[in-house]
Amino acid sequence: MPHPRHGRLFGILSLAPLALLPGCDMVVLDAAGDIARQQGNLVILSTLLMLIVIVPVMAMTIFFAWTYRAANREARYDPEWNHSTHLELAIWGAPLLIIICLGAVTWVGTHLLDPYRPLARVSPGQPVLPDTRPLEVQVVALDWKWLFIYPEYGIATVNELAAPIDRPIRFRISSSSVMNSFYVPALAGQIYAMPGMETKLHAVFNRPGSYRGFSANYSGAGFSGMRFHAHGLSQADFDRWISDVRAGGGRLDRMAYLELERPSENVPVIRFAQVERDLFHAVLNLCVEPGKMCMHDMMSIDARGGLGLAGAYNVGQLSYDKFAGRGSEGGRPARMMVAATCDTRPVAADNFELPTPVVLAPLLGAGLVNGSQTLLSRITPLPAAR
Amino acid sequence: MSAAAPVAIHPVFGRLSLDALPLHEPIVVATFVAVVIGGLTTLALLTRYRLWGMLWNDWFTSVDHKKIGIMYMVLGLVMFLRGFADAIMMRLQQAMAFNGSEGYLNAHHYDQIFTAHGVIMIFFVAMPFVTGLMNYIVPLQIGARDVSFPFLNNFSFWMTTAGAVLVMASLFVGEFAQTGWLAYPPLSGIAYSPASGVDYYIWSLQIAGVGTTLSGINLIVTILKLRAPGMTLMKMPVFTWTSLCTNVLIVASFPVLTAVLTLLTLDRYVGTNFFTNDFGGSPMMYVNLIWIWGHPEVYILILPLFGVFSEVTSTFSGKRLFGYTSMVYATIVITILSYVVWLHHFFTMGSGASVNSFFGITTMVISIPTGAKLFNWLFTMYRGRIRFELPMMWTIAFMLTFVIGGMTGVLLAVPPADFVLHNSLFLIAHFHNVIIGGVLFGLFAAINFWWPKAFGFKLDVFWGKISFWCWVVGFWLAFMPLYILGLMGVTRRMRVFDDPSLQIWFVIAGIGAVVIAAGIGAMLVQFAVSIWRRDSLRDSSGDPWNGRTLEWATSSPPPDYNFAFTPVVHSLDAWHEMKQAGVKRPESGFRAIHMPRNTGTGVILSAICIVGGFAMIWYMWWLAALSLLAVIAVSIAHTFNYHRDFHIAADTVSETEAARTRQLAGAQAAGGA
Repeated sequence: MPHPRHGRLFGILSLAPLALLPGCDMVVLDAAGDIARQQGNLVILSTLLMLIVIVPVMAMTIFFAWTYRAANREARYDPEWNHSTHLELAIWGAPLLIIICLGAVTWVGTHLLDPYRPLARVSPGQPVLPDTRPLEVQVVALDWKWLFIYPEYGIATVNELAAPIDRPIRFRISSSSVMNSFYVPALAGQIYAMPGMETKLHAVFNRPGSYRGFSANYSGAGFSGMRFHAHGLSQADFDRWISDVRAGGGRLDRMAYLELERPSENVPVIRFAQVERDLFHAVLNLCVEPGKMCMHDMMSIDARGGLGLAGAYNVGQLSYDKFAGRGSEGGRPARMMVAATCDTRPVAADNFELPTPVVLAPLLGAGLVNGSQTLLSRITPLPAAR
Repeated sequence: MSAAAPVAIHPVFGRLSLDALPLHEPIVVATFVAVVIGGLTTLALLTRYRLWGMLWNDWFTSVDHKKIGIMYMVLGLVMFLRGFADAIMMRLQQAMAFNGSEGYLNAHHYDQIFTAHGVIMIFFVAMPFVTGLMNYIVPLQIGARDVSFPFLNNFSFWMTTAGAVLVMASLFVGEFAQTGWLAYPPLSGIAYSPASGVDYYIWSLQIAGVGTTLSGINLIVTILKLRAPGMTLMKMPVFTWTSLCTNVLIVASFPVLTAVLTLLTLDRYVGTNFFTNDFGGSPMMYVNLIWIWGHPEVYILILPLFGVFSEVTSTFSGKRLFGYTSMVYATIVITILSYVVWLHHFFTMGSGASVNSFFGITTMVISIPTGAKLFNWLFTMYRGRIRFELPMMWTIAFMLTFVIGGMTGVLLAVPPADFVLHNSLFLIAHFHNVIIGGVLFGLFAAINFWWPKAFGFKLDVFWGKISFWCWVVGFWLAFMPLYILGLMGVTRRMRVFDDPSLQIWFVIAGIGAVVIAAGIGAMLVQFAVSIWRRDSLRDSSGDPWNGRTLEWATSSPPPDYNFAFTPVVHSLDAWHEMKQAGVKRPESGFRAIHMPRNTGTGVILSAICIVGGFAMIWYMWWLAALSLLAVIAVSIAHTFNYHRDFHIAADTVSETEAARTRQLAGAQAAGGA
């Protein structure tokens, strides 16, 4: 990796013609967050590497086309010449060398900038101190707005994100209905938000300011309005922001969440001074509605071999996607579940034991780590990059 | 559990009712009126000039690969105009929707438009164009009379058309999907898209997919079994090689699409949970499966055009293709590698760094054989005598445009770079850069190159050049701003914007789209003018460009049987070698030629499939069951059709060839004078 400043310098030079254009704020190439900036530098570095081949090819295309035009009888004409081992070696070898370089950069860069990897540095030359606790923000993509929960402060906001600068942020991201993508270009690259699953993103703001955030994966009618402002604040300003939110009142409990998750468009900022504990956990396990069985409970029952026939009674409690409840018009009638025949007695067959204590692991899934506990124990923080 | 008000399913009409007609959408109503007027005029003209018999006997029921090829091209062109209309509407909406303006399209309409644009351009424009081209050229290049299974070919075409008809029907009855062109669940699941749109999507792709898969099988068998004697694999023209690889890709990847859409169908129709949020369904599985088809699909589109560029460069440089062997191996390597890169379409789904790196690096590796191809074209031009006819102009434009698209593609293959550019307008600019700069420019090169072969006269150069410059300039105007917007962090599929500083770029892109529209207009004028002035553009030689491969050995247009005698091949560039050696055309000793007979079964089956698909979309179960039975019955009945072939009498062949001899003599005399 070159020194980032050099990378940026080259980038600015190579993209100078574009930068001269008016009103052109290329946030991707000049971000306010260390992660996004490194990603932007990688964009520039890769482009420069490839230009080593691209520029000569374009020049040769024009040069050959001009030199060997039919009207130019001076140029040598050799209609049978069609092979040269040396040339073939060169034309396979040159791209190969570039790709070897780019492949190495890719391997290193992908691992260093893996969104699941806790940050090793806050900014160039400023490693994360061992006792630093990252700010945890739980993100839920709703139809069509963003919910941010701050478990450390017990507050929540809709369509407004704030974080102190130079403090690592750890996002835990999920969705209530369909796929979205959580993206604040100035902060860090995006990652999908998917229902029933948790993705993670580690990032940090380095410059105070207000930045754009939005969903980068189309999610239905209100998608365009799924925007929010992400504020990078000084520690003092952040503390003030927290106390403002707390002073504003409002409580996000399960009932309020169920009301909030109904589809709505272009939602203004909403603040909640209090959040029900473990709300994110319930969202992730698709069991915010009272009486619904959480996915992790079902999975843990399944892991013990399931309930046999008695398990059929659980089906009704597990149904998540509803029509009227989620604002979809029309459609087919709700499926008649076994729940319709269910009586009020608990499903207490003699031949199984309820899993106690409840396993609080989040959902399994390809690419998703099993459970936050396991995650923390699994990752050994890498030494700070030098 | 809150249950939705159940939608009544009428025993006869299913869920189809008058509400399904979009009478409240003025744009759609205006379009409908225009289509009705246009359609009625066409029907009236066809009746007035008594063309129905000709259409049915000579075209619709034809099993001749040349006619089917041309019909594919016409289908592609018609659908291209629809797809481009969608593009213009999107550009206009995005250029308008600033400063609090909602633009002129509501979300319901706009979301259908960008979905339809993608679906139509890939499945019903690019695919028919590419299939049509292969259909027309491949049998001629390998010295064959027709494809291996002529009826299957006709059936494939009509199934593709049936899919196109269903997509068009969605414009006026019900709605199209509002999910994006790959219909990711859970959004495309019944819970979030309960209306008919996604069902139109599913059934049109499934029905068209049957055609595509069968046509892939047909062309593979044709290339492997029907090559002229002496044409070993390593003496096949490059276009045939790339066609072979493309069809291998089709046969290996389209079943995955069929399977994944079937699973989605089951989720939507019978309540399974493959891709739902409920009951352990995994939308991520859908995303993987659809891209396991989707990435090879990209190479299905571009590979045949790589073949076209090879033929064009070699012909217009008057020189053998540089590095034929490495060209062939590059094609094969691309074919294989295209299967191990699919995950680069969703690095942002949260796979680990090692998985992402693996797929990023395999993607970059594809650029090595692609780069080798580019160098091979360059060194074909080197020491050549380049004639800048229209096909060669398109090829040069391709080389200069495609390298940029290739570069941004490799850039997107670097996972951390992709995290900031994924789903942005940079991505949109990238794939339009390779699909317009590669696939479309290649098709335009091919159309200008082979038009004289298909119709016996060249295309007008003046209008061709106007179209060329409008397209090239329009392309850069329309997509450079999108690259810039992507770097400014603007994402795709947005309907309204809040940052007024972006507007200028969308306006420039809109102007670019208008310039492209002028290019399309000029191309249509080019076709019209050329047909009008066909006598002065006539080519009687059958070889207007001093070609090198076998299709130029026969007359233009070729007789029904292509070649009176099957040619014998001794080397690559067989026709070039024949000309060098002064091989004489046989003028006597003709024998009767065994030919396949036309049949209307393909049209009938396709019509039943349209009805069946429509019935499934609207839950008219009785009609769907009836259609299924009808398809089976007609298919069985077709096996009892014993009038499958006929012979072109030796006398007829002699007459045709004698006329050709006189034509050639005339051309020579005219050339000598």
